[in-house]
Amino acid sequence: MILIRHTLYMTLRHLRELWRQPWFVAVTLVQPVIWLLLFGALFKRVIEIPGFHAHSYIAFLAPGVVVMTAMFNSAWSGMALIEDVSRGVTARFLVSPVRREALIAGRILKEAVVVVIQSLIIVVLALIVGASFAGGVGGVAALFAVSALLGATFGALSNGFALIMRQEEALIGAVQFIVLPLTFLSTTFLAANLIPNWMRSVSDVNPVNWAVVAGRTATSAHPDWGVVASRAGFLAALMVVSLAFATNAFRSYQRSV
Amino acid sequence: MEKAIEAESLAKTYPKGVKALAGLSFAVTPGTVFALVGPNGAGKSTAVKILTTLTTADAGRATVAGLDVLAEGDRVRRTIGVVAQGSGVDVQATGRENLRLQGQIHGIRGRSIEVRAQELLERFGLADAADRVARGYSGGMQRRLDIAMALVHDPAVLFLDEPTTGLDPEVRADMWSEIAELARERGKTVLLTTHYLEEADQLAERVAIVDRGTVVAEGTPEELKRELRGDAIHVDLETEYNGRVNRALSALEAVRDVTVDGKSLRARADDGGRAVPLVLQALEKQGVAVASVRVARPSLDDVYLKYAGRTFDAAEAEAEVTR
Repeated sequence: MILIRHTLYMTLRHLRELWRQPWFVAVTLVQPVIWLLLFGALFKRVIEIPGFHAHSYIAFLAPGVVVMTAMFNSAWSGMALIEDVSRGVTARFLVSPVRREALIAGRILKEAVVVVIQSLIIVVLALIVGASFAGGVGGVAALFAVSALLGATFGALSNGFALIMRQEEALIGAVQFIVLPLTFLSTTFLAANLIPNWMRSVSDVNPVNWAVVAGRTATSAHPDWGVVASRAGFLAALMVVSLAFATNAFRSYQRSV
Repeated sequence: MEKAIEAESLAKTYPKGVKALAGLSFAVTPGTVFALVGPNGAGKSTAVKILTTLTTADAGRATVAGLDVLAEGDRVRRTIGVVAQGSGVDVQATGRENLRLQGQIHGIRGRSIEVRAQELLERFGLADAADRVARGYSGGMQRRLDIAMALVHDPAVLFLDEPTTGLDPEVRADMWSEIAELARERGKTVLLTTHYLEEADQLAERVAIVDRGTVVAEGTPEELKRELRGDAIHVDLETEYNGRVNRALSALEAVRDVTVDGKSLRARADDGGRAVPLVLQALEKQGVAVASVRVARPSLDDVYLKYAGRTFDAAEAEAEVTR
């Protein structure tokens, strides 16, 4: 109960912080729209490649952009924690009765709220430009759920590394090193049967691809719920490990103070 | 009688090999203000971090309000209020929001937290700025908010780590009266760390002087100052003369506690004005050339010199190097 309450306090703190930066909110909301329209236009004709079984590239791409947005957003979550650390805010919380898990979970829940809003914008926009999600509302909800799991995983990892590195430059480097390769080592932009074999093997163990595959089948005409469940299971397990890592990373920080 | 704070042989070396504490011990009687005085790098802040459970000691043990800081960290955190060096204010939130969140995590909810926040905002002169984002607060206002946040849950033991460092002299004076009031109020125990001997003198019932991670002297401000009666004489020499200076002054009854550090000579005298001509005469007789002479009331530097065997500046410079 205490944990839930503390998490709520922290989530509200971060959402309020976000709300006070309207320009940042605007950019955050426009960003996924740009991904969708830009990549949608760039790769429009790839569906003409023999073997690419899709009627509309936007419809194929949209679940990938939802997942990508969830990851991109959450991967930067640790930046604000580094600012808290350098301003002494984290130290102040650590000498109070607040639960450490809440300090991580509050940030992740705030990212989740943002990601859900971004995802809604992407889905609505995709519908406007002519995509259809045959899986219906249930399918879209499943897509959001796997994105949220992936976002929470990356958010936790980002916060954990933030506590260990405590340097914005280092975290920026790490995020950039990881995020784009993981996106391209997945079926976000191209169907699995069209990407090189070695990439396909890598994508099988790529959490980003788990979310893309699960989200894409969930929103398709004939969802394979077995695939959705297994990938969601992997993601949930990874999220739990990441959260434990982030919570433990406070020890690393506390050894250094 | 049980102590409010007890530190026993605390030792800590940071991962990079910086030895912060080397067997620090002291005890604080409930309801009193206790000051740890020393230069940067003496280990004061590390001691506070261990006592407030932010970090752990490599050796030794400590209790706060009778609770072991290692074994009963959770209960310690519920009992204490902490104002850390620097600040812990969330500058993107308003003063009121900062207070509210701090109260909420201490389990104060609903109407009571609103009442408590308003009370503290008024008491610390922040009522007008209460709903402004703290980024726009002056240094003094942020510091007052810091202290208000530490008091939200009415803690039995309050830690103030260099609460007045970086503040203007007038703001510092205001802060002193606030802290003095805290100590009188409902028998709070206050542990204060400071650079300034006057601050400890003004506020603390007992003072411990910390150098290189240990307590080198402890007592009431009066006791410590009594040891330092008289004036400080500071002579700058033209060059280094080694033993000749000591030879010149050893026979002189007007001065005591003579120390020579390179071209710098320090001594104490009951009456500085009368002693200076005698000192100059004695030095001249030994052929020691003098560049300048100053006479001053005892300062923190002199306390340091006496108890730590080196000047405050030298201690700070050494702290910079090892950091």
